[in-house]
Amino acid sequence: MKQQRKLVNFDEVRNNNLKSVFLFFLFMIIIASIGMLIGFIWGSFWFGLILALIFGVVYGIIAWFAGANMLLALSKAKIVTKKEYPHLYHTIEGLSLAAGIPTPKAYVIEDEALNAFATGRGPKDSSIVVTTGLLKKLNREELEGVVAHEMYHIKNYDIRAMMIAAVMVGVIMLLSDLLLRSFLWGGKGNDREGGNAQLIFIIIGIVLAILAPLIAELIRLSLSRKREYSADAGAAILTRYPQGLANALKKIRDDPDPLVNTANKATAHLYISSPFRKKGGWFQRMFSTHPPIDERISRLEAM
Amino acid sequence: MSIVGWVIIGVVVLVVLIIMALYNGLIRLKNQIENAWAQIDVQLKRRNDLIPNLIETVKGYAKHEKSVFTEVTKARTEMMSAKTLDQKAKASNMLSDTLKSLFAVAESYPTLKANENFLQLQEELSGTENKIAYSRQHYNDMVMRFNTKIELFPNNIFAGMLHFTRREMFKVEESEKKNIKVQF
Repeated sequence: MKQQRKLVNFDEVRNNNLKSVFLFFLFMIIIASIGMLIGFIWGSFWFGLILALIFGVVYGIIAWFAGANMLLALSKAKIVTKKEYPHLYHTIEGLSLAAGIPTPKAYVIEDEALNAFATGRGPKDSSIVVTTGLLKKLNREELEGVVAHEMYHIKNYDIRAMMIAAVMVGVIMLLSDLLLRSFLWGGKGNDREGGNAQLIFIIIGIVLAILAPLIAELIRLSLSRKREYSADAGAAILTRYPQGLANALKKIRDDPDPLVNTANKATAHLYISSPFRKKGGWFQRMFSTHPPIDERISRLEAM
Repeated sequence: MSIVGWVIIGVVVLVVLIIMALYNGLIRLKNQIENAWAQIDVQLKRRNDLIPNLIETVKGYAKHEKSVFTEVTKARTEMMSAKTLDQKAKASNMLSDTLKSLFAVAESYPTLKANENFLQLQEELSGTENKIAYSRQHYNDMVMRFNTKIELFPNNIFAGMLHFTRREMFKVEESEKKNIKVQF
């Protein structure tokens, strides 16, 4: 069944997850700071903080329930049975056994482009989607690598984490907007004794209000890239054959048309490879949801 | 009470919490191991259930290959009566070997190879063998985590007291790694 079994580095996965936790802390700090600044202007720290938290929770609940199923419909994925695609079904079922999670449902998108994604709130309610192009062009081990990568996203609750991250970015944008308006409209803070301290706060506030959304988005994208590396390492552990996924990524990279017709900016981060044409340059890379594909291939081959 | 008294209480509470966390973690892993083992059993049973149908189908085309059939049947009986992990591992490996011989024999009967039923059974069995391998892999991974956890310091001090001992893995026998030669 497999050509070789090399010892894979389990620590790779742990390191990436630790970095993710650190990035979440950064998010919380930003939200808390903005909340407190708003509160300061309105005359009460705690009011601002609580406001921020309420925004976050309500927004989060809405996004949570609306999210997963909307995506499947948007991307025109069709659910398939064991009879229609037995090989895909067996691959998903087998790898879910190796991962120790319930078997995700299998979906297929009719598209020549090579791509795949996973969706669902957690292992109990998840789906894996692949394009017909992928099924045609990849061999057994390569398909296993791709499915294992998606399976790891599910097992690691990455989909949920990225949804929460998107919510936090949304909250930060709302709060920054609110903060800027607070400056314009004044508020209780103006009645206090003025002076340099207040001026400094105002300047910090304005800078934060403008930069925060940008910083938050960069954090979210960095988180996404870390999780992609984790999923690559996780796939290598599941299949005990990192070369399989590496070869699949090579084929995906060399494919002339990476664009999946129904993808857009909101859903891009879920695909195994960015569904937009790559342009290179460090600026592009900072705003990318996925790490550069050549880097992913070399990391896999070095395992 | 003096400061020293409070410090001592604090340390005791800390140690109790640590032992609690360790115990709970180990219980979780133990249950995951048991679950993983049950998964292997499910696949092993599925394989056993598929075999009689397979033998009948092949017999229809290759009646005189008697030795292969008796070997598969014998291995299957061994598999069904195996109880401990060691017995199951040995029986499973042996059954895989005999099935490989059976399919190798089937190669020389083109009419058999074209039979719908045979092809379906072959796909099912191949899928099941893969699933056995995957569930073994998961089981071994869980066992490795468990064993590592009870051997790390300071867990090893407490693990013995709490009656957690090393578990064994589902091993691959040397014979499975060699190629099977078929005598006609």
